[in-house]
Amino acid sequence: MKLTLKVWRQNGPKEKGKIATYQVDDISEDMSFLEMMDVLNNELIEKGEDPVAFDHDCREGICGACSMFINGEAHGPGRGITTCQLHMRSFNDGDTIYIEPWRAAAFPIIKDLVVNRSAFDRIIQSGGFISVNTSGNTLDANAIPIPKSDADAAFDAATCIGCGACVATCKNSSAMLFTSAKISQLSLLPQGKPEAKERVVNMVKQMDLEGFGNCTNTGACAVECPKGISLENVARMNREFLLASTTKS
Amino acid sequence: MANTLVHNFFDPKFVTLEIIPNYFKMSGASALIKSSLAKKYWMALTGLFLCFFLIVHLAGNLTLLAGDSARAGFNAYTKFMTSFVPIKVASYITYLGILFHAVDGLLLTLKNRKARPVKYAYEKPQVNSIWSSRNMGVLGTAIFVFIVLHMGNFWFRYKFTTLPTDVDGNFDMYGVVVESFKMEWYVGLYVLCMAALAFHLYHGFWSAFQTLGVNHPKYTPAIKKLGFGFSILIPLGFAIIPIAVYVMNL
Ligand code: HEM
Ligand code: SF4
Ligand code: FES
Repeated sequence: MKLTLKVWRQNGPKEKGKIATYQVDDISEDMSFLEMMDVLNNELIEKGEDPVAFDHDCREGICGACSMFINGEAHGPGRGITTCQLHMRSFNDGDTIYIEPWRAAAFPIIKDLVVNRSAFDRIIQSGGFISVNTSGNTLDANAIPIPKSDADAAFDAATCIGCGACVATCKNSSAMLFTSAKISQLSLLPQGKPEAKERVVNMVKQMDLEGFGNCTNTGACAVECPKGISLENVARMNREFLLASTTKS
Repeated sequence: MANTLVHNFFDPKFVTLEIIPNYFKMSGASALIKSSLAKKYWMALTGLFLCFFLIVHLAGNLTLLAGDSARAGFNAYTKFMTSFVPIKVASYITYLGILFHAVDGLLLTLKNRKARPVKYAYEKPQVNSIWSSRNMGVLGTAIFVFIVLHMGNFWFRYKFTTLPTDVDGNFDMYGVVVESFKMEWYVGLYVLCMAALAFHLYHGFWSAFQTLGVNHPKYTPAIKKLGFGFSILIPLGFAIIPIAVYVMNL
């Protein structure tokens, strides 16, 4: 396949960026999107140019590192996948492909397509944990009875890989889907109950401090989420926050 | 070199311990006033209250469809609505509700713009969300402009100008309505604004429930269906009146 790539190039956080145009030939449809980017980068290096910086790690759809807003969609066309799981057979010979970084005030660009997603880490630090007593007689988690439906819902929420596609997709750059998944995975389980009120209040507060926008319930996040995190989590966060902020001292 | 590392390490943003004390700082009350979610709860509550108001308002207006025989009845109804104290109180709550909803909506929309300072060069939002949901601010503004015009034309004239009276001595509001709806442009504007309302409600009705935390596989499909019906029937009801009055007076 021959492709025209329109790639966002930006040298550093404070530099001005712009879209650069590249031609790549000899792209196989069996390549993943990241392999296609590797081909582009090899060519750039051979020409003595700066390769395009992009995030990647596992390349098997589980780490959430790879990002890229491809032709108007987070992780490109296709549902339930990250960019490393997107294959070139999803495109046609001769296509023009726009490749942009996640766009959000809370995700500043580091270089080219790499953005700083540490806002997510700080949201987790502000409450995404349970306090476990490690005095030597910690209760075995498997000894606590949990209804199967709760365990399933908590597990579904826990599959969030923190990729940030929800923020990138949302017209408001809202982090509600991510934050609600991180709250739900704990609050649905008995171990997460004691700290549930503080957790939801503090994680929402941190989310606001980071400068993410407000949810308008467009639902775009859940459609583009590679892990199919449901809007039910957002509603759970909304009602937990309402209850916590009206009843917590 | 080493200095920058040390510096970064003590940046409060990167040190967990600096964040944990927050844990005990934010009281429930301050969370309910200052947070982004609080703004959304007010949006949803005022929005649903306005939905209720629309039902009551439409019920009264539909009497206009009876034509000239409704003149005395409609005028008496108008008098009642503007003089009976509980209804007066309710109407002032409604004005406040509209203002609150509009200002809150504006603040939310502005903050959302700020959250994405650089736009994408290529966007394809239609593949993952409906148009209404992305244009609540624009639709709301259209409704707001309409409300101002509507109040100016009917409410203001009723309250602050002298109108002819009917057989019972009541101000002839019926006549004012009929005169207004004889103008094509006015009827057209009315119908157009009701379309904006329909799209606003098509997303808004369901959205308000989601905001308040009501989303469950058992109930959500029913809420969405109800919202769909509401978003069509109510604006349609309002839109039929000017058209019918126009046609009856041709
Ligand atoms: C009778 C008139 C109106 C009704 C029945 C109504 C109803 C609603 C409802 C039910 C919602 C959903 C709330 C939620 O998502 O939680 C909503 C959202 C919204 N409304 Fe209205 N509305 C009306 C007029 C207006 C006006 C006059 C404006 C602005 C000038 C406005 C601006 C907005 C905005 C911006 C949103 C989205 C807020 C968000 O989700 O962040 N609306 N409306
Ligand atoms: S909720 Fe989905 S889209 Fe958002 S960070 Fe988690 S996995 Fe990624
Ligand atoms: S590189 Fe790990 S999910 Fe794509």
